[in-house]
Amino acid sequence: MPGYISIRNLQKYYGHYHALRGIDLEIARGEVVCVVGPSGSGKSTLIRCINRLEDFSTESAIHVDGVPVLPGANLAKVRAEVGMVFQSFNLFPHLTVRQNIMLAPRRVRGTTKAAAAAQADQLLARVGLASQAEKYPSGLSGGQQQRVAIARALAMEPQVLLFDEPTSALDPEMVGEVLDVMRDLAQTGVTMVVVTHEMGFARQVADRVIFMDGGEVIESAPPDAFFSAPRETRTRNFLHAVLDH
Amino acid sequence: MDLFETFFNLEVLARSFPMLLKGLWLTLELGAASILAGLVLGLGLCMMRLYSVRPVQILTRIYIDVFRSIPLLVLLIIVYYALPFVGVRLSPFASAMTALTMVSGAYTAEIFRSGIEAIPKGQFEAAAALGLGHRQTMVDVILPQSIRMVIPPLTNNSINVVKDTALASVVAMPDLLKQATQAQALAANPSPLIGAAAIYLAFLLPLVLLVSRLERRLNRGKA
Ligand SMILES: Nc1ncnc2c1ncn2[C@@H]1O[C@H](COP(=O)(O)OP(=O)(O)OP(=O)(O)O)[C@@H](O)[C@H]1O
Ligand SMILES: [Mg+2]
Repeated sequence: MPGYISIRNLQKYYGHYHALRGIDLEIARGEVVCVVGPSGSGKSTLIRCINRLEDFSTESAIHVDGVPVLPGANLAKVRAEVGMVFQSFNLFPHLTVRQNIMLAPRRVRGTTKAAAAAQADQLLARVGLASQAEKYPSGLSGGQQQRVAIARALAMEPQVLLFDEPTSALDPEMVGEVLDVMRDLAQTGVTMVVVTHEMGFARQVADRVIFMDGGEVIESAPPDAFFSAPRETRTRNFLHAVLDH
Repeated sequence: MDLFETFFNLEVLARSFPMLLKGLWLTLELGAASILAGLVLGLGLCMMRLYSVRPVQILTRIYIDVFRSIPLLVLLIIVYYALPFVGVRLSPFASAMTALTMVSGAYTAEIFRSGIEAIPKGQFEAAAALGLGHRQTMVDVILPQSIRMVIPPLTNNSINVVKDTALASVVAMPDLLKQATQAQALAANPSPLIGAAAIYLAFLLPLVLLVSRLERRLNRGKA
């Protein structure tokens, strides 16, 4: 049965470089999938294909809720259902925190200003930043900025949330506050695909952990099995390296 | 007679002042109209250069490079003296405005482009990921950030446009410089020219200083 997110034979080239080598992946509605793997293995490329921030070959197919992720009119529709949180936050620096959150609902969904503002304040409370609405992003810490970025993605009420190493740019003392917000989100039934180096988070929160190497999915298993009994040698070597350090 | 009497003859200056004012008005009109039209043209060219299909991109690029290379005086003379041969007869004001706008548009396009290309890729990606279309991304996310960066170079370009309006006097447009040369001829005294120079300075020097200040402030923001 095809998943809520269905990825078939995903091939991605950067010029001649073959970055993704035929990925097949079915992700169920509400599933939380963590993607791990060494640097350059194609993790970012994979999740950026899901909302087509990266183009991919015509022989490949990705569907989200049955809608093909193709350029054109449908793409904005898919993107409105798929939220994304980036390693470098990418907040809009010329807008206040509240305006950052209001922008997409107002422009894409046509939400009224008052409704969008009320929703923004609600989301800010949810990520623990109720008092920061009037500030500009530059006035916030990294952890706060990333929580605003999560609130901004949530404002579109997405069915899917993609995270690309959301805590990798943070000072260690701020990692926890962002992971806490993500942990809460995982309980809400939203489908999450999380590229992360936080093995503790993956073990606790994921329904499934995927290990990538060299542009391929090497192993895919529930976290218990993945961490305690990995089948593949490459997975074992990787876990050995990251868990020892 | 002494130097002061020759160049700063107050009586001549006072007599020619109404003429100079009339010229100044026309200079400012021509400058403002050309700057505004150049902004619109430049933004359009910039969008075509960055986001249209390949052939249009190439044509736009050729336009931009050609009009940044051609001396304005040459272009002005072509518009005013050559176009009538193909039945296009423009008034001195329209000729000057056309030439100034075409060149200013080319420079403005490049200024906008640098402003857009200076915005980090992540801003485009965040907007796209939220489902914003191209137009919305530009209007709500990219251009408001670019504008801050391009204000100093745009002001510089505007200063150049106002300075270049003086060239319109060669197609007999009674702008500030033309009025000054006429007043000089009438009075047989060059004081009106000095007066015109002082007026140009009074308008443009503050702008030059403003650009320096803006640039300093922008650089501070970066550090
Ligand atoms: N825009 C690009 N142009 C060319 N090559 C690219 C581009 N983006 C990524 N690559 C290459 O594709 C491969 C996969 O990159 P990707 O960013 O998906 O890896 P990753 O698993 O996310 O790594 P990291 O953990 O370092 O973020 C890498 O070898 C990278 O050099
Ligand atoms: Mg990556």
